[in-house]
Formats: sequence, C-alpha cells, structure tokens
Amino acid sequence: MKVLVPIKRVIDYNVKVRVKPDNSNVDLANVKMAINPFCEIAVEEAIRLKEAGVATEIIAISIGTKSCQEQLRTALALGADRAIQIETDQNLDSLNIAKLLQKVVEEEKPQLVILGKQSIDSDNNQTGQMLAALTGMAQGTFASEVKIDGGTVNVTREVDGGLQTVALKLPAIVTTDLRLNEPRYASLPNIMKAKRKPLDVKSADDFGINLTARVNLLKVTPPAERQAGIIVESVDELVEKLKNEAKVIS
Amino acid sequence: MSILVFAEHDNSTLKAETLKTVAAAQAIGGDITLLVAGHNCQAVIDDAAKVNGVMKVLVADNAIYEHQLAENISLLVTELASDFEHIIATALTTGKNFMPRVAAILDVAQISDIIGVESSDTFIRPIYAGNAIATVQSLDSKKVLTVRATGFDGVATDGNAEIEILEIKTDAGISSHVSDELTVSERPDLGAANIVISGGRGMQNGDNFKLLEGIADKLGAAIGASRAAVDAGFVPNDMQVGQTGKIVAPDLYIAVGISGAIQHLAGMKDSKVIVAINKDPEAPIFQVADYGIVADLFDALPELESKL
Repeated sequence: MKVLVPIKRVIDYNVKVRVKPDNSNVDLANVKMAINPFCEIAVEEAIRLKEAGVATEIIAISIGTKSCQEQLRTALALGADRAIQIETDQNLDSLNIAKLLQKVVEEEKPQLVILGKQSIDSDNNQTGQMLAALTGMAQGTFASEVKIDGGTVNVTREVDGGLQTVALKLPAIVTTDLRLNEPRYASLPNIMKAKRKPLDVKSADDFGINLTARVNLLKVTPPAERQAGIIVESVDELVEKLKNEAKVIS
Repeated sequence: MSILVFAEHDNSTLKAETLKTVAAAQAIGGDITLLVAGHNCQAVIDDAAKVNGVMKVLVADNAIYEHQLAENISLLVTELASDFEHIIATALTTGKNFMPRVAAILDVAQISDIIGVESSDTFIRPIYAGNAIATVQSLDSKKVLTVRATGFDGVATDGNAEIEILEIKTDAGISSHVSDELTVSERPDLGAANIVISGGRGMQNGDNFKLLEGIADKLGAAIGASRAAVDAGFVPNDMQVGQTGKIVAPDLYIAVGISGAIQHLAGMKDSKVIVAINKDPEAPIFQVADYGIVADLFDALPELESKL
C-alpha cells in the first residue's frame, strides 16, 4: 500500500528562538532549520512499514518555499521513494495546509497518511486531524504503536491517563508521538542516492483553493522571564524556606 | 453571544481542568453551555450542573460516545455548532484529538492552547515551546478554541444549571475502541495536583523513582518526569512534563536531576514556586528555580523525605 508522509521544515529543536525587536514575529534569519522532529518519526514509521512488507511506496510531501526541498531530500535519503513540494511563500495555517493535502490524497489515494502530531514552531497540533475530517477518514492521533491488519489499522495512542488503542478502517490518518520509534540517520550513500530520486514541484495556486489566512498575527512578545532565586545550603534550609517563606508546604 | 464548552471527563468525574476552561469562556463573555458526551455518566452530569456560570448542560449519553472517539464526537459537536459563536475544549488529549476535526468540518481555523483572552476574537497563546507569546485574532465568524487550563483559575462549583438530554446520535462508523491501558495511581493527576515532583535523567533508572514516591506521598504530590527520563525508558510517557507532554503549573514544582532543557521548561515554568535539586551547579534549571540545592539527589531525597 501507498503511504503519504507530509513533513514540515521548522527551526532546529536545539535552537532557542528570539522575538524580533518590533514584535512582529520571531526572528528566523540565519537560524538552523531542520525537519520537524515528529515528522521525522512519521518518515521512520513509513520506512519500517515498507521494510515489513506492508507499505509499497512512500511519498514525502512538504508545503512551503523552495528551501523545504532540503527536508524532502532528507526524507528521500532516509527511505522515501519520491517527493512532492507544493510551492508557496505564504505562511499557511493548518486548515489551508490540510486542504492542499486533501487534494494530494484524492490524487494519490494513499491507504495511510502519517504526520507528526505537532510542529515545534506553531505548536498547533491540528493538521492531521483536519486532514482526517476533510477526507472523511478515521484518525489515530499521538500514536505510540501502529499495526496494520488487513483493512484495519490498530493505533495505540498516548492519552492523558496512559494508553488507548483504537481500530480504524483504512484508509486512515495517523499522527506520531515521541515513543513510536527512534528515527535512523541517513547514510552517506543514501544521501547521494536521494539526489536522484524524483521530486515534483507544484504551485499552491494551481489547486484552486482559497488560501486566505483566517487568523491575524497581531504581535509576538518574549515570555515573562522568571528570575533565578537562591541556592540554599542544606535540605533543612530548603524545608524551612518552603514552609515559612514560600508557604507552599505545611 | 453563546459559548459551547466541551466537558472533559472519564464518565465518572468531571476533570478539574473543565472549571478552568469555563473560566476562559467567562473571560470571553456570553451564555455558557456545557456539553457532556459520554456513556453512563450521571455523576459527571451532576458535577457539570454545579459549575458556576453555566446556564445549561447538554447531555449526549450513548455507547458511541463512551470512549470519546474523535470521529463521533466531532460530528456531535458540529451538529450543535449552529447555536454557538465560540466552541471551546480543554487542550488535553481528548480536546486536542477531536477539536481540529470540528474546525475543519465547520471550515474555520482553530486557535490552540490559549492562555489568555484579549477580546471575543483575540487570544494569547504560546508558540515555539513557550519561548514566544503570540497575540492572534480570529477572522472567522465562529471561533474554535482549545484552552490551556494552566492559564486560567477554575470557577467555583456552586451553580445550578438546567439539564437538557439530547437525542442526537452521530456514529461515523469508521473507528472503534479496542482497549485502554490506564495508569492506576492513588496520587493526584499531574494536571490537577498542587504539588508536583519530577525526576530526570539524573534518576539513573526507573527503580530510583521510588525515592520520589515517599516525598510525593508526604506532600500529596503527583510524580512527573522529563522527556529524557521517558526516552531512557525509566517511566511511562504519561508522566512526561514538557512541550510535548503535560503542561503543569502547580503551587510547588520540585525538579530532581533535571537539567532544564527548554522543552521541559515549557511544561512547568508557570509553576508558582520551583525547587531544583541537581548536582551540577551550571544546570539551566537553576536559572528558573526559586530555590536550588546543589547536591547529589541520592543524598538529598532521603534527607528531604525524613524532614517533611
């Protein structure tokens, strides 16, 4: 079966982002960018399904400027078979991303779409669920285990109190949580090979979707800084401070 | 204006976070309706009717809603949506799961994880793991929001709302519940606890988390963990505090053997008082801690337990 893996180019998770002095947004100039960590887990899961003989073709897709081809090449080096870039210089919100992906799903007809549960920049946690709604598919979000069984996929989900397993009719949407797998590193020969794998570029304008933003970003500010407190010398002093100064224990 | 708030519950109790989400709804302003969707959930309905500021409780009690599958719940909520300008859920795993589906069906954007309300269409939310705070304005006629409960103080439970039983049944028929594997604990929920004690990579293994248990029991605290401790397999993921785990803001947060990566700080830095126990005096956690103690946790924890 065919597996579609949408991925997002985001700030590297080790980089601490700074807010622009004019509070218009964060400053991403000359910042190291990478594939969103949850998307990387999604790519890895698709590859494992292919290695297990369940998936036959893996298509990676990303929506953004030409620079996101870098992350698509990473996905190809890891093991995706081909890639699609939907070119746009707009910063699209989740619903518009989901609408573009819906068109690709209609065209490619994958049995499974695996996405990261959230991107570490906007922290929205929306796209997978929205795509599921638009395509009328079932969804297994925050997955820690994915098992295909005939026309069904069983997804074990990370929920507040522990784990929940649901059975979904295929085709279906899965979004990844951290413990689903540990992504591999691309080998040098595979990085070289990835340069020759097909990467189609399409324009977002050609999909006939109204991509007007529904949300205005009015301002971005740095969070309130917490002041460092004091270093206490002993456990006795700590207990005394918590009881009498902070008054949080009795 | 009318606001629909989705009640978070497990069919037996209403989660305390719902009281905070109702507080967010009050900040927006309007008539608040609480939706209880579940099965055999009379105790939740009783709790819901007492939530201060709620005019009406809508009840959808049916086996298809028992496990709150996103496919079925989203159809229920969208069927009710025409009567409301704002549809709000708590940003816990249930709300995070079904709400974007609601937004997409209604063809509106969702604004996730709000921590503040500026006006009925303008909200404040953290981005980049809380390293930036965005003020955003919804241009849609209907607002679909999830609320980060730690941003609001819960309302009281002295209300007396009218209860209306719904006859709607929305079964998408594409998903079913197989099983739950829930952590059984005598301790309070991470999200609801007044005190949280968390262990990190410095705990060295899962057994050593027992050192936290004695202290947690004496303080009535919940036990959490950093992503490093979860990734190392010390403890299950439902204990994870951080950007991608649970967001907590207790009165007292004790970080033990946690270095303080930004992803962890994103999950706990709104706590009222933070204590850090770490043997590395350079650990970034000390920069956010009100009280730090530079010590080997294997010495400090038993001593702390004995002195509480």
